Amino acid sequence: MLEFFPFKRTIPFMSWGKVTTMISLVTFLFAVWALWEKGLNLGVDFTGGTVMEVHTSQPADLPAIRAALEKTGLPEVSVQTFGTSRDVLIRLPNKGEANASETSNRVMAALTPGNPAIELKRVDFVGPQVGKELYDNGALALLVVAFGIMAYLAIRFEWRFALAGMLANLHDIVIILGMFAFFQWEFTLTVLAGVLAILGYSVNESVVVFDRIRENIRKMRGATVPHIIDDAITRTMSRTIITHGSTQIMVLSMLFFGGEALHNFALALTIGILFGIYSSVLVASPLLLMFGVKREHFIKPVEKKQEAVV
Amino acid sequence: MNRFPLWKYVLIGITLVIAFLYTLPNFFGEVPAVQVSPVRTTEKADTALLGRVESALKSAGLGYQGVELAGNSIKVRVASTDLQIKAKDTLQGALGDGYTVALNLVSASPEWLSSIHALPMYLGLDLRGGVHFLLEVDMKAALEKAAIRYQNDFRTELRGDKIRYGAITRQGDAVTVHFATRDQRDAALNKLANVFGDLAFTPEDQADGFTLAARLKPQAQTKVQEFALQQNITTLRNRVNELGVAEPVIQQQGASRVVVQLPGVQDTAKAKDILGRTATLEIRMVDEQADPTAIQQGQAPFGDDIVPLRGGGKIAVKKDVVLTGDSITDAAPGFESTSGQAAVHVNLDGKGARIFKDVTRENVGKRMAILLIEKNVAEAITAPVIREEIGGGRVQITGMETAQEASDVALLLRAGALAAPMQIVEERTVGPSMGAENIRKGFHSNLWGFLAVTLFMVIYYRVFGLFSSIALAINGFLLIALLSMLQATLTLPGLAGIALTLGMAIDANVLINERIREELRNGATPQAAIHAGYDRAWGTILDSNLTTLIAGVALFWLGSGPVRGFAVVLCLGILTSMFSAVTVSRAMVNLTYGRKPRLAKVSI
Repeated sequence: MLEFFPFKRTIPFMSWGKVTTMISLVTFLFAVWALWEKGLNLGVDFTGGTVMEVHTSQPADLPAIRAALEKTGLPEVSVQTFGTSRDVLIRLPNKGEANASETSNRVMAALTPGNPAIELKRVDFVGPQVGKELYDNGALALLVVAFGIMAYLAIRFEWRFALAGMLANLHDIVIILGMFAFFQWEFTLTVLAGVLAILGYSVNESVVVFDRIRENIRKMRGATVPHIIDDAITRTMSRTIITHGSTQIMVLSMLFFGGEALHNFALALTIGILFGIYSSVLVASPLLLMFGVKREHFIKPVEKKQEAVV
Repeated sequence: MNRFPLWKYVLIGITLVIAFLYTLPNFFGEVPAVQVSPVRTTEKADTALLGRVESALKSAGLGYQGVELAGNSIKVRVASTDLQIKAKDTLQGALGDGYTVALNLVSASPEWLSSIHALPMYLGLDLRGGVHFLLEVDMKAALEKAAIRYQNDFRTELRGDKIRYGAITRQGDAVTVHFATRDQRDAALNKLANVFGDLAFTPEDQADGFTLAARLKPQAQTKVQEFALQQNITTLRNRVNELGVAEPVIQQQGASRVVVQLPGVQDTAKAKDILGRTATLEIRMVDEQADPTAIQQGQAPFGDDIVPLRGGGKIAVKKDVVLTGDSITDAAPGFESTSGQAAVHVNLDGKGARIFKDVTRENVGKRMAILLIEKNVAEAITAPVIREEIGGGRVQITGMETAQEASDVALLLRAGALAAPMQIVEERTVGPSMGAENIRKGFHSNLWGFLAVTLFMVIYYRVFGLFSSIALAINGFLLIALLSMLQATLTLPGLAGIALTLGMAIDANVLINERIREELRNGATPQAAIHAGYDRAWGTILDSNLTTLIAGVALFWLGSGPVRGFAVVLCLGILTSMFSAVTVSRAMVNLTYGRKPRLAKVSI
């Protein structure tokens, strides 16, 4: 039997509680700082504007392209290569609604004389109103998912578990967002979908551990709560790492083979999965302990009949 | 202990066969085809049309591989893209303007698969190339347009009843009529309130006279706006048909938006040009009494508008609209028989023809202007003198400079007018090469990821790992089969969703396998360990999948476009993975180990 994680003894995770809480607090605060200070580099989906990708037959002459575009009078054009030297990304912010939709035609008309073989690969134009709506809906989706999962955990387990699980997962989400803010990676609608998927996925891990804690509470009668939690984490550890590993394999495959279109989506998932291991083990459970989970929460005491006071 | 009753195996077997059959069409690829569909939605593609298509192709000596009637269109398969273009030209020539002939791709899967409705998934624009537009209808303008109509109607009604009135002014969507006396105003209120039930009237006493303000009631406003949206959708449909796109999507989204998707369109500039035109046509009488110098200075006589005349100069036209583009049933470019000038031949509907006949009879010798209004700017295309009464609803408009212009005007008229202006609020264009690249990369990321996971599982869990991997592959088949059955649109995020679900699906098997190992470690017999492993893991699998399902449902609910595609795949993937990871892998385990009562060892 091949085993990567043959833990024979229970690992005292809970005694490291102070250290791990410190670590997550620091990373969390760092992420919050990055979000506050730098902000998310929101993609065209949310801000509105135009993004175009063109392909030239020769390595692109960026200064010439910039000069050609400047003549069209379009404001604040940014031009950069994208992936290869022959793929060019052109970004234009939303300036006034008039004729924004004709921008791509104007850009192509300006570029064609200098580059006869130029090929339009992609245009994304989003009006400011639509962008704002998507942004609001995205924020709402995040909230709905968070509350939905919390409600589910509260019903399935108990409110302490729900709160601990949710906080641990929000910690993951904030860290993903913080990384995107810190490195100024582009945050698009697809990345948001990835973040929400992580929110669902990351809870899986907490649920597996919680499930085992509940089972241990019923089974390990003499043990203290921290020991019960330690045991639950140790027993599920190899499973946690293997499942995360296999999901990570898929996601890395997307990161390497999926092309530019899936790159940031895969990136968000990668960070989410890495932190998912950590948070489900070392954030959710200490929180649970902090909230004061007790054996009685699961083993229903025999209800005493209230005696009438005579 | 680890045995399934026969019916369970049979059920799993049937599921797998069905899944395999419905996944199959996705692997056959596509062949070039020509699609014929009637321009008007009221007409149907039928077997008679099928016959015409076949005979046209035969008489042109074009070989084709198959003809099928699908939905409201006919698809002709051909062997090569060269033949495809020839067939398109042949059919367009033979069938005429009443039909849209477009290039298309159809599944190359054999006919028996199509006959059981096993069809490949529909590829989204990001995978096949094309344009996606989101257009927003200007609802304020729709109300203003209605107000202008009432402005004209008030004039007619009040004049008909000989009620004296002053100016009729309009501000936004409110129309105000001015009166000199209170009695006139009250008489007008009586009359108008009777005729126009949709309007709310507010009489007011001003210092310099009496006014009556009219505005649409809220329900009527909603109705006007709904109508404007529907009219615009119809118009867009007509315009898109002119472009000859194989499978266009034109759908309402929300209260004021329309989605237009044009797969395979490469000339986006032309598509935008045709869709974005907000032109309407109006026929109005020229005011012959107007002072020419005042017109040149831009001073409009009372009750007139001044518009530029194509080819130079300005003319004054009456505010009253004789006819609008709504009355036009057909328009075709052509040439005037005597002068050989480019012209547009217009057919009017019954009501329009009657009005036109009356107006031309009463105004022989006077001039009539045909106005083209694009983006709220009016221009008189031509202002011919009426020589005689024109009956029968057949009108010829001259004044176009070139044949191309005549054909553009004809297209515009034929496509109908927009009830309110629209603007593009979102555009996404994906070039065909980019689409192909997206498919290839999406497919590869799935393939390599799957192979890596399989390799790991087999090395780590041996026979159980193999079972898990097979279950994972089956999960992939089930998911694709389900998506194909639902005829879902596969997008790039959808492909990412498949990869992600496959990655997450193995989670259930890892849970089970780890549980079995643990039971073995605790000294359980192999049979008991297998049983307990599957049994105990089930609750956990259910819990963890349900949380992801919650995220998926929320994404579907609040997401838009491609994100929705991702959400659908995620949700379906969770359902199929629960089935394949628990039931299918268990079936394999049971078949292998279940019959041995005293199992000494399992390979895990």
